[in-house]
This record gives sequence, C-alpha cells and structure tokens, in this order.
Amino acid sequence: MKNSLGVITPQILAVTTPLTLASGAVLPRYDLIYETYGTLNAQGSNAILICHALSGDHHVAGMDADHKLGWWDDYIGPNKPIDTNQFFVVCSNNLGGCRGSTGPTSLNPATGKVYGPDFPIVTCRDWVNSQNQLREHLNIPHWVALVGGSMGGMQVLQWAIDYPDKVRHALVIAAAPKLSAQNIAFNEVARRAIMSDPDFHKGYFIEAGTTPKQGLALARMLGHLTYLSDDMMGSKFGRELREDKLQYSYDVEFQVESYLRYQGEKFATKQNFDANTYLLMTKALDYFDPAAEFDHNLSKALAAATAKFLVVSFTSDWRFAPPRSHEIVKALLDNNADVCYAEVESEHGHDAFLLPNAHYEGVFKAYMQRVLNDVSNSALPINTTTAG
Amino acid sequence: MHQITPEFKLIADWILPNTRVLDLGCGDGLLLEHLINTHDITAYGMEIDPQKNILAMQKGLNVIQSDLNSHDICDYFDDGSFDYVIMTQALQVVGRPDILLDDMLAVGKQIIITFPNFGYWKMRLQLLLRGKMPETDTLPYHWYDTPNIHLCTFNDFEALCEAKGIEVVERAVVNAQHKSSLGMRLMPNLLGEVALYKVQKKSL
Repeated sequence: MKNSLGVITPQILAVTTPLTLASGAVLPRYDLIYETYGTLNAQGSNAILICHALSGDHHVAGMDADHKLGWWDDYIGPNKPIDTNQFFVVCSNNLGGCRGSTGPTSLNPATGKVYGPDFPIVTCRDWVNSQNQLREHLNIPHWVALVGGSMGGMQVLQWAIDYPDKVRHALVIAAAPKLSAQNIAFNEVARRAIMSDPDFHKGYFIEAGTTPKQGLALARMLGHLTYLSDDMMGSKFGRELREDKLQYSYDVEFQVESYLRYQGEKFATKQNFDANTYLLMTKALDYFDPAAEFDHNLSKALAAATAKFLVVSFTSDWRFAPPRSHEIVKALLDNNADVCYAEVESEHGHDAFLLPNAHYEGVFKAYMQRVLNDVSNSALPINTTTAG
Repeated sequence: MHQITPEFKLIADWILPNTRVLDLGCGDGLLLEHLINTHDITAYGMEIDPQKNILAMQKGLNVIQSDLNSHDICDYFDDGSFDYVIMTQALQVVGRPDILLDDMLAVGKQIIITFPNFGYWKMRLQLLLRGKMPETDTLPYHWYDTPNIHLCTFNDFEALCEAKGIEVVERAVVNAQHKSSLGMRLMPNLLGEVALYKVQKKSL
C-alpha cells in the first residue's frame, strides 16, 4: 500500500538513570516502549515526537503485529500530513501506561510483584522528563516538532516550557492549559466507577486474579460521552430503538445505549486496558497546570518557550472547547510568540482531532510545510561535512 | 511573487519599518507578506475564512482564525500592542463597524483602513437613473447576496471619525484598478472608488 507504513515493530528503551517524579517518589529504572517511522537525517533535525492522549499508546501509525492500524494512522505516514518520507516520527507509551512502558502492570523490582496501585502517580512533567531520555537515546539534538492532541497537547505545552531549546515547533491540538472543575469532576466519577467495582481489590486486582471490568467499562462510557458532541450523537443515533417499540425495561433499548455499552466493554475486555493506568492518567490530567508555579499566570509560564506554535480547536468539542485554546493563544501572544490558530468546524466533538477533516488536514499540511522548511534551517552548526 | 496592488503600495508607504502590525481580515496574507519583505515588520493576521488561513499559513505568517464580529481582538491583544492595525476592504462587511473601530484603536496606535466608497459617482448615478441598488467593479453584488452590509461614503466615515474623536492622519483615494488621479484628489467623495485612511485617537 502506497500510503501505508506496513508492519511496525516497537522497541524498548531501558532507562537506568533514576527518575525523580514530581511527587518526590523515585523510579530507579524504567522501560519506555516506542515506535519510529521514517528516517532520522544526518543532522538529527527532522525528528517529531507524537504525544498520546489518555487511552493512547506508542502505536500511532502503521500496523502492529496483529495488523491493527495506529491510532493516528490517518495523519501519519508517507504523503500524509505528517509525512514520514520527510520526517522521523517517534511515539512512546507514557510512563505509567499499560502497553509496554513501565506502569502499574509491570513488576516492581523492589518487591518482585506487580506494581498495581503502588506505582507512583506520574505527572505531565514526569512524562516529558522520561521522553527526554528517549530523545537523548535516539541522538536527537532537538525535536523539530512536538505534536499532541488532548492530553498529548498538554505534554507538548510542558515540553515547550521545560525544554525550550529542544522544541522548534509545538502543535497543541484540542487541548487546554489546565482542566476545569467540570473536567476534574468527570474524571472523579470515572475513577469512582473503577474503585467501587467489587473486583478492584483496592488496586491489587492482578494479584487477586481478576479485573474491575464493569468499573472500567463505566469509566470509559463516561469518558466516551465527553468526547462526542450532542449533534454527532443525534445524527448518528437519534432516539433510534433497537427493537421497534418501547420495552418498558432497563435493558438496552436505544441504539445510543447499545453503542456506549459496546465501547465500554471493548475497552475493558478486548483492549484490556489497566484500571490503575486509567486512574493514574486521569490524575495526571487533573494535576496538569503549568501556570500554577507562575502565579497562575499562563503567559508567565510560557515566557520561557521559544517554539513556534500551532494551536487547533474544534467547534463541537465541549470537553476542551475553543475558548480553552484561546487561553493558550492569548498567553503565547502576550509573549509575542509565533503562533497560528485554527478553529476547525466539526460535529465530532473532542474526538474530531483523530478523524479525517479537510480543513484540519489543510492546516496540518500547511503548517508541516513550515516545519519542513525549518528542518534544514535548524540543523545544528556542528562539525558536519556537507556533500556536493 | 504576486502582484502588489497600488492600494497595498499606498498602505506600505504609510508604514514605518521594524514596527508591529496586525492585519484584520488578512485574507491569504499577501499584504503582510509584502510588508515583512519590504519593512521587516512583526506581523499577526486575523481571518475567518479557513482556506485563506491555510494560504496565509503557507506563507509562514502568524494567522489567527477569528470572526471580526466576535470582537475578540481585545481578548487576544493588550491595549496599544501594535503600531498599526490594518483592515482592508472589510469594514463594510462587519456587523458593527463603529465598535470594531474602537477595538482597533484600542490595540493599535494608528489604524489603516480601506473600504469601497458608496458616494462614488457611478453608484450615485445608478441609483438616480435606474432607481436600483448599484453594481460596480468594486461592489459586484446584488442587494440580496452582498456581504457588504454597512456601506458608507467618505463623508459618512469622516463624520463617524469626528463623532468618535478620531483624527484622520492620512487619506487617499483610488479607483477600482487602485489608481489615483487629480480628479479623485480634488473630489474624493464623488470620484474615488476605494478609500484609504490612516487614523488615530485625537490627542487630548
């Protein structure tokens, strides 16, 4: 297939440098699983890091061993908006994840048992610090671009703040500078759904030989609900019934109920997502607030950033609505940063950032062309001999 | 390289080098690109049209998608943060041009504005002789499908400036081909098709 990357084999970086987390806890060693696409050029100036969202992982493009496409395959690959003929693209599973990076399902070297709930809570900054280890390992002097949607966009912001000289372009998509009380409230309900499942066993469910599937499915149903828009659900399901008449029961009657249950069960059962990872990721989201240590002033927080920015929001996204992106744009403008902002018309709610959309793709392609122009310009003036 | 219209050339003549410029309704960013190349300005553009935004982005410009009618300029930019705020051929399409003028004067020290002159003799003649809303090269729309909802004449605009305490610093008129003539300079409201104004708040 012309636009396909084919089958991708993930790699694992075993980091032996201890990582001190924001919480004060120290991880003596950890693994990061990652995939790469395309080729790193001689100067290492064409590398892009993709940061994943809540339930994402390192498999962002191409096919995995089971021939499943990556979660953002529509946008990453040969001749796609993030063109792997031009860029070297990297995506890792976040620390605390459950898809290969060290997290609650990994063995705790101190006890020889699975970490479970004893895995320390990690923050966005911890993720960025661990991803920086990956950058060093791959001999990448700087990322020509960092790209992330939703929780991924928050990592991009954190990168731009914490490692300004390592980021040339920051693409912050469908994100927010911090969660609102409503966002945190949704996360709390999701966590309570998991923790009140009788199979949760205070987080030690792996040792108990079970999984809190019901709680996890409920959490995912709630999450999914916040990713969609009312219009999209209306046009997709309306009030359509599964049978042609009302049953006057609590069974699944409306198609939308059936859809949500399917999504929840798929996540908890087929995808086998770890409940402790879900708790941890939602907590990291809640804690994210880079302005907090700058008198709650986002402009001050972003003052150190030297990257050029593309900020994108989607009209029907009510989880991180366009005004949340305006806050980011405003803070960047306060610093006279180079910034482009696009507000994409879509009925798909928060999920729109993952879906095909002509305007979105146009913006992406236009901006990535600028990034490409910077690839040669941003090559480090080290002792490189140029051919020809 | 695209052809720079005489209208843009006139605007460029009114701009000092190494300044900060905001272009409202910047379209594909042609003017800003020209000003960056010739005047080394720091530039931001705002534009509602997604396709034009993409074109401006391809030129390497900082462009923020925005609906001028949402009056978000002051949300994004602090007072006096630009040397110039430019708006070409957009005043007549917004819901409240008077409020937009206030917004522009808040964030910019000087504003440069261009709009089609409804007092142009051809307009007057069409209305007088045919009793129909005029259609010209500058305003090639029917009355029902035109985006131009707040057309005005030079005299109308200057009356608004007077009422708002706005000082006209520079004024120029051109025709649809963006050329100027002696007649236009003598009788701008009758012979000018496109008005260019540079204005600022009257100093107290």
